[in-house]
Amino acid sequence: MEADVSDLSTLPRLLQKNARDLGGRPAIREKDRGIWQSWTWREYLDEVRDLALGLAALGFRRGDRLSVIGDNRPRLYWAQMAAQARGGVPVPVYQDSIAKELAYVWNHAEVSVIVAEDQEQVDKVLALRAELPALRLVIYDDPRGMGGYRHDWLKSYKEVQEMGRLYAAEHPGDFEAEVDKGRPGDVAIICYTSGTTGNPKGAMITHANAIETAMTFQREARLVAEDTSLAYLPMAWAGDSVYTLFASLAVGFCANCPESPETVQRDLRELGPTTLLAPPRIWENMLTAVQVRAADATPLKRRTFDYFRAVAERAEILRADGKPVPPGLRVATALGEFFVYGPVRDQLGLRQTKWALTGGAPLGPDTFRFFRSIGVNLKQVYGSTETTGLVSLQPDTEANPTTAGRPVPGVEVKIGERGEVMVRGCAVFKGYLKNEEATREVIDPDGWFHTGDAGFIDPRGHLVIIDRAKDVGALQDGTPFAPQFIENKLKFSPFIREAVAFGHERPSVTAMIAIDLGTVGNWAERRGLPYTSYMDLSQKPEVRDLIREEIRKGNQTLPDATKIRRFLLLTKDLEADDAEMTRTRKVRRRYVADKYAPVIDALYGGRDEVELTTAITYEDGRQASIQSRVRIEDVEGASTRA
Amino acid sequence: MTTAQLLLSEVCKAFGGVQAVTRVGLDVRQGEILSVIGPNGAGKTTLLNMISGFYHPDTGRIALEGEDITRLKPSLVAARGVARTFQNIALFRGMTVLDNLMLGRHVHMKAGVVASFIYWKLAQKEEVAHRRRVEDIIDFLKIQDLRRRPTGSLAYGLQKRVELGRALALDPKILLLDEPMGGCNHEEKEDMARFILDVNQEWRTTIILIEHDMGVVMDISDRVAVLDMGQKIADGTPDEVRANPLVVKAYLGEAKGPANGGRRV
Repeated sequence: MEADVSDLSTLPRLLQKNARDLGGRPAIREKDRGIWQSWTWREYLDEVRDLALGLAALGFRRGDRLSVIGDNRPRLYWAQMAAQARGGVPVPVYQDSIAKELAYVWNHAEVSVIVAEDQEQVDKVLALRAELPALRLVIYDDPRGMGGYRHDWLKSYKEVQEMGRLYAAEHPGDFEAEVDKGRPGDVAIICYTSGTTGNPKGAMITHANAIETAMTFQREARLVAEDTSLAYLPMAWAGDSVYTLFASLAVGFCANCPESPETVQRDLRELGPTTLLAPPRIWENMLTAVQVRAADATPLKRRTFDYFRAVAERAEILRADGKPVPPGLRVATALGEFFVYGPVRDQLGLRQTKWALTGGAPLGPDTFRFFRSIGVNLKQVYGSTETTGLVSLQPDTEANPTTAGRPVPGVEVKIGERGEVMVRGCAVFKGYLKNEEATREVIDPDGWFHTGDAGFIDPRGHLVIIDRAKDVGALQDGTPFAPQFIENKLKFSPFIREAVAFGHERPSVTAMIAIDLGTVGNWAERRGLPYTSYMDLSQKPEVRDLIREEIRKGNQTLPDATKIRRFLLLTKDLEADDAEMTRTRKVRRRYVADKYAPVIDALYGGRDEVELTTAITYEDGRQASIQSRVRIEDVEGASTRA
Repeated sequence: MTTAQLLLSEVCKAFGGVQAVTRVGLDVRQGEILSVIGPNGAGKTTLLNMISGFYHPDTGRIALEGEDITRLKPSLVAARGVARTFQNIALFRGMTVLDNLMLGRHVHMKAGVVASFIYWKLAQKEEVAHRRRVEDIIDFLKIQDLRRRPTGSLAYGLQKRVELGRALALDPKILLLDEPMGGCNHEEKEDMARFILDVNQEWRTTIILIEHDMGVVMDISDRVAVLDMGQKIADGTPDEVRANPLVVKAYLGEAKGPANGGRRV
């Protein structure tokens, strides 16, 4: 039976269209056994159809929910498409979540089928089996080590696909008929937002949301079927679904799954994708790697690199300000392109990128400028799970480190009360699963979604995000206080991994800081400073001096009233496993304020030392605590500088 | 009872005046995990060395699938499908992980130096086939990110894993593991135990394991043989061995009169 592919209202229909129009072109690749294996769009559809019908044979009904857990693997993406093709809803989860979080999501979404990557993930499901009454079927991809598992409800991916082929023989046309029943308003995927407060909420994104957003993204980012991307970000994060599932289907470009999380950097270089989406952390790591390599190079190479880097940044600053680049500088950058920028981009796997996006958190201006200056078209994007990942994007000619870009066509943005950014349009999600109240709180009767971010529109029409709206407070004297704004200034320092600023209803601003073990450790080694552990390193007087200098630098760009006056260094990094951060590394401010209440009191009580008891939660849920005395330091000079 | 895949009968080995192994008999069945335990100096490693042909027994006989291998050179024992790892890692430290594993395929390579030169197409084809097998092992052991790393630069636990990989590259029928978890931390031990079980399950490889961590031994072994002062004092399922008074005595000393002859592991 020939599928009706003129109607492109759901994702499975896009897949049918791609199989027809782009049949022999690569749709997805996975690096396996050291070699990139490809599947064409036709094969993609076949794989999805076999699994979908296998699910049908096993009793998967419209509206049922299927979860996937594991690294980015073609089979897990196909499983999500297969669920959609049967009118079901995929619910991807973060594989590094602790058991309690997984159980909450699977129960809340009443997941009946879980597709797990391998034995490691199956074991997690097995451990929770008794707590998951809705679960009927677990499917595993990698059969390794699974020989000893004997359960009726546990099947291999191949087995289910085999059942699908038998089912197809008995029910011809069934796949197409079920796909045809799909409507644009149906929920296409449920992404749980880790939320900085309380339990995660399941954001329901419809096929219409997904397709409209993907089409907008295609137009604004000039995506074509020849493009390539690397699918390496967590599958549970809405951004990955938008990019690897929705956009890839809408445009027909090829997504590529790395061999393992550890090989991403090398796979990136081998592949040289034409587009790249990466959070600030990845850009910072890349820059650090380049700097370390340059520092270890021979003097001639190092000087060449330093010279051309300075040249490139001078030219980039001129370009960013819209000023002409003088001919001498142009010649120098052309030489630099040949000797330095091209080879560096090649080493990083960025040689073929026509654009690269950063989002999710602010990226330091120095890092941003470095990549732009060496010829990477790095731009900022802004969105959230509830807006299908896309609200605003920077045009090529207007890239800069401070704004979140222009709102994309089809999305309206306005600034509401207390400076809150509000969004309306096709990208706004349907609501939170089984949580009418939370949905009403964020979508008002006129259809405006309240993002919870405080921001403004600058004279050029770019959106600028300052902080989470509910976190914006005021010092005792009434000066507005945006903690994240201050924390970001600190986090631009390579030595500071996390920072939490306090100041709401307080006389001044103070901060808790978690050092970056990699860079500070490297710094200490270069100075011959011995250390044993994170805790030991964080409490060295030399390290405190180093961080104090970094805070002073950050203070220079802050208004006088909100300069940081006092700080302490935490003895461990903030962790999602300890519920101090979300899985996407956003500080859970209220929780941290509670947990560290004695520390905050000490920061304001004028004491110069505090007893710090830190509870640590291991991945398997075990708890331990460490106790230590931590010094509190003044950022001298901050108060005297006018 | 099924016939033994590997049969040791009345095997003795002395080094000068020291009787390291005395009249030990052991039958190893196809597809089982057999652990050899015992206090330090009980003769465990000597036993393994005799199986793999590093030492030859003074008296007694070792038979692999009915064939006498008592006096064979190590290379010939290896060619018959017996692979091993060492207590002290014995990798080529300057070579990459990939090259170390490819070396493990050596016994299966047919093209000689000259032949490789002349029949380059055939040799190339052979290389590709071996590389495919090595890639399976890399995937199996989850060391994709280490292919091009020199083994000397790897953490200890990872070197142990690579060494297991090199032994696996031989496609062994029998795998001899000499303290594969020695010096590893808790997580590395768990990983290694998992790999051993998976190897056994996936390829039905017979495994002879020397290990000191009793928790691991009792967890993963089908059978345990206990040596003490060169003699086999017990042989049976983990539960049987745990209940055997001779074993308790060897490990914990006499049940009565703990002061005399009490020995610790």
